[in-house]
Amino acid sequence: MKQEFKVLGTRPIRPDGLDKVTGKAMFGADKSVTGMLHARILRSPHAHAEIVSIDTSKAEALAGVKAVITGDDFADVENRWSRYTMQNCMAQGRALYDGHAVAAVAAVSKTIAAEALKLIEVEYKVLSHVMDVDEAMAPGAPVLHEGVKARKLGDDVSGNTVGYYSFGHGDPEKGFAAADEVIERTFKTAAVHQGYIEPHACLADLGSDGKGELWCSTQGHYMVREVCAEILHIDASQLRVTASEIGGGFGGKTTVFIEPVALKLSQKAGKPVKLVMSREDVFRASGPTMSASMDVKIGMSKDGKITGAHAKLRYQGGAFPYQMVMMGAMSAFAAYDLEHVQAEGWDVMTNRPKMISYRAPGAPMAVYAVESVMDELCQKLELDPIDTRLLNAAKEGTKSSYGPTFKAIGLVEALEAAKAHPHYSAPLAPNTGRGVSCGFWFNFGGQVSVSMAINADGTVNLIEGNPDIGGSRASISMMAAEALGIEFDRVRTIVGDTASVGFSDVTDGSRVTFAVGIATINAAKAAIKEMCQRAAKIWEIDAEAVEWVDGAAQPTGHNAGNFPPMSLAEIAATSGKTGGPIAGHHEGAPDKAGVSFGVHLVDVEVDPETGFTAIKRYTAFQDVGKAIHPAYVEGQIQGGAVQGIGWALNEEYIYGEDGRLQNAGFLDYRIPVASDLPMIEPVIIEVPNPGHPFGVRGCGETAIVPPLAAVANGVAQAIGVRMFALPMSPPKILKAL
Amino acid sequence: MRYVVAKDSREAVALLNTGEGARLLSGGTDVLVQMKLSGVAPDMLIDIKRIDGFNTISAEDSGFRIGATVSGAKMGAHPALKTLWPGVVEAVELIGSTQVQGRATMAGNLCNGSPAADSVPAMIAAEAVARIEGPDGTRDVPIAALLKGPGKTHLAKAELISSIFLPARAARAGDAYLRFIPRTEMDIAVASAGVSLEVDENSVVTKAVVALGAVAPTVVSVPEAAAALIGTKLDAAALEACAKACTAACNPIDDKRGTAEFRTKVAGVMATRAAKIAYARAGGQQ
Repeated sequence: MKQEFKVLGTRPIRPDGLDKVTGKAMFGADKSVTGMLHARILRSPHAHAEIVSIDTSKAEALAGVKAVITGDDFADVENRWSRYTMQNCMAQGRALYDGHAVAAVAAVSKTIAAEALKLIEVEYKVLSHVMDVDEAMAPGAPVLHEGVKARKLGDDVSGNTVGYYSFGHGDPEKGFAAADEVIERTFKTAAVHQGYIEPHACLADLGSDGKGELWCSTQGHYMVREVCAEILHIDASQLRVTASEIGGGFGGKTTVFIEPVALKLSQKAGKPVKLVMSREDVFRASGPTMSASMDVKIGMSKDGKITGAHAKLRYQGGAFPYQMVMMGAMSAFAAYDLEHVQAEGWDVMTNRPKMISYRAPGAPMAVYAVESVMDELCQKLELDPIDTRLLNAAKEGTKSSYGPTFKAIGLVEALEAAKAHPHYSAPLAPNTGRGVSCGFWFNFGGQVSVSMAINADGTVNLIEGNPDIGGSRASISMMAAEALGIEFDRVRTIVGDTASVGFSDVTDGSRVTFAVGIATINAAKAAIKEMCQRAAKIWEIDAEAVEWVDGAAQPTGHNAGNFPPMSLAEIAATSGKTGGPIAGHHEGAPDKAGVSFGVHLVDVEVDPETGFTAIKRYTAFQDVGKAIHPAYVEGQIQGGAVQGIGWALNEEYIYGEDGRLQNAGFLDYRIPVASDLPMIEPVIIEVPNPGHPFGVRGCGETAIVPPLAAVANGVAQAIGVRMFALPMSPPKILKAL
Repeated sequence: MRYVVAKDSREAVALLNTGEGARLLSGGTDVLVQMKLSGVAPDMLIDIKRIDGFNTISAEDSGFRIGATVSGAKMGAHPALKTLWPGVVEAVELIGSTQVQGRATMAGNLCNGSPAADSVPAMIAAEAVARIEGPDGTRDVPIAALLKGPGKTHLAKAELISSIFLPARAARAGDAYLRFIPRTEMDIAVASAGVSLEVDENSVVTKAVVALGAVAPTVVSVPEAAAALIGTKLDAAALEACAKACTAACNPIDDKRGTAEFRTKVAGVMATRAAKIAYARAGGQQ
């Protein structure tokens, strides 16, 4: 049954908007304090080198330099994942990629800090490096770290292979034997960066008494606190972390790159230290996503039924062990109801910056490979791409390719909406092709804390612990207003620091509207219970005889008492006399996040003389469960589509033979600019998630998954040649023509 | 570092002559970026924006003299200049963003010495002439004669460009500039072409200049490509011959912005497309 809402689904003005457009909002680099120092980081020019020695004496002697640190300043950390994070922030013994930090300086000015970097003498012994995933996985490749090879793997793969996963059921070989057509293809995708507009920045102040303050741009300040406390060997309670406004993260700010360095410099210098990455630093030393090499084989009957499917995914994730190919292997075939399916994945290390999540991490490339083969099968068997997907679509009750059985999901609804949309039947211009692709993301729940205060004037304050990267303050205020039965503008939500509210997981996995939403609803329930008790006290009746309806307490019936409803504002006004402040809070770990499917349609025009690809029309359909604030949801869908288009067409990390990054800037790392794009038309589908009181699924990630294949399938149709590697930049397309 | 505002070109030349570490500051869209990103640290910045006449566009002998510090935005807002040399103005206007257009200059684009400079192929096609001030006085030099190599020009020590002269032209004439970039703006040419044409009353091309950017160590003029157009009405054979001549003139590098093979192919495409636009602007009818 469809729920009726008063606040949800409306489009109030965003609460952070005025501050952002007037420049009042404080981002990572905007905070300064009296007496602070400026830090700079010295980075390795080599892709792989032993650090024979570092002489910092000349830098330390420079007037104005207050502290210099190297990897030797950091004591060992017991947890190996935290140790990798620390060694990524500051190399110990070996530089593992071009841009790897080897020393840092804090000085009274940026100019002196930069001058001091030139005085640090590092002796390197250059070692052989490996950049490509297939080369890194081959026996005999230079191995980044010994002793971390995934167990159960044989001698056919190198020690860089740190993870192996396999998902599926049935027997794909049986499925292929039953097929009328089997296609197997190999694909490659480049490493791409999240491309957030705001470089990493922080201001750290760590005293000799172990008490610390840290201001930084992050997707999770509790994560920052825990990792930094571990690396600095201080108590979590003593380090207060405040998240600044954030200029984009897309997963790239779910770890630390500079915060432990700034804290260590501050500790050594005894002064606050500000550290801001340059754009070049961001490209060279903050995490891009993985590049991939993939084999996909699908068998299909003449009428379009998939009989068997198999994927082999090899991802490289840079210079340290990591675990992410698993997400690709789980996502690859999630859209389809299959009898015989297997997806395998290998995580591999190379001499590149350590990967970090990027919007639906691991899924876009795997789905690109699968949806490309699907498209080729449809072409070969002369089948309609949407009908074929509908024939195979996963639905409620389908045993998913990665194990669980799906509850209510909206893939069929999204495919049907795409088929019925005028875009799908519009005529195509010359040199133009139309691409279709499905996409999928899990979404996530995780740990969450919310604290809600009912103020005496009838307004509500809400503190939550997740940085707002996509409009969560608005959607959380809306859910609080809906649950309490009051107007949206009565509620103000803020993101508290780590000392003001309980632990909250990182803002990732499209989890915040889902998880913080549930905590908000539960906090509101606690406050409502208290308000009902106050009303009962005033009316001198039993608390059980009071219910909450439309933002007011009222007797449950005439037998309970004959009193007019008492509003939240009325109860709040007398709260000082009825028992003191009224509040509600909730801490939990909701785990019923609903998966989200999307379907994208794109028309691309390819210039046959130059290989230039223009996106002419783009429509994105996505099941979001319930769109709390539809404008933000549409923005998420559009943003994901644009990032996927960039991945498909021009974005890539370009390395020279020497292993040095050649395009560490937005001039030569080409994300799409506004004039490259048509208006992306988002179409919101709402199939409620049974695991959330309002039906919320989460919407931020799914939209980056379909564009890679949608654009590739459009290009294949436009030029009559299929490209098997991303990006499909003009030189590659022209060469293929 | 010293910052000096030069009163006149003689003072600017004298200051340039005082040492190796002096750089001129006009729009600053190259030098300030180099200082910020590439560690370039001049001992002296000589600001030439206040020099009398440097910031003006003046009519001269039915052509236009463009002062060294005239911005792209200012050229774009000059209707008579746009009517006379639309290709040159559109080339200048492709440099950078709207904000950069408020500062960037054609003379600076030339002095930066990039083979991918957008204004240079258009200026060569227009047979523009640079006026140079130096310790030994004033000289006028055709643009093509100033190009030396990536980041280098034939300007002598302590010489500066004070203006660029775009000459008068015949009644039936037109020019155009096109570049290839992987996006639609905010990028650097991977291959580019400037073409200027004159036609007679029968729409037959009587004169042509074709210049290519980003396909050799400097922008190159391609007389063979121009010759392929002369005496024709831009029929398919003429355009194919023009493209072939362009391809033959290319000597590009493989780099992060494009392969040599790609640049070579696309240079000819840009040249023939620019030729068609220039032809239409000249009033040519096939």
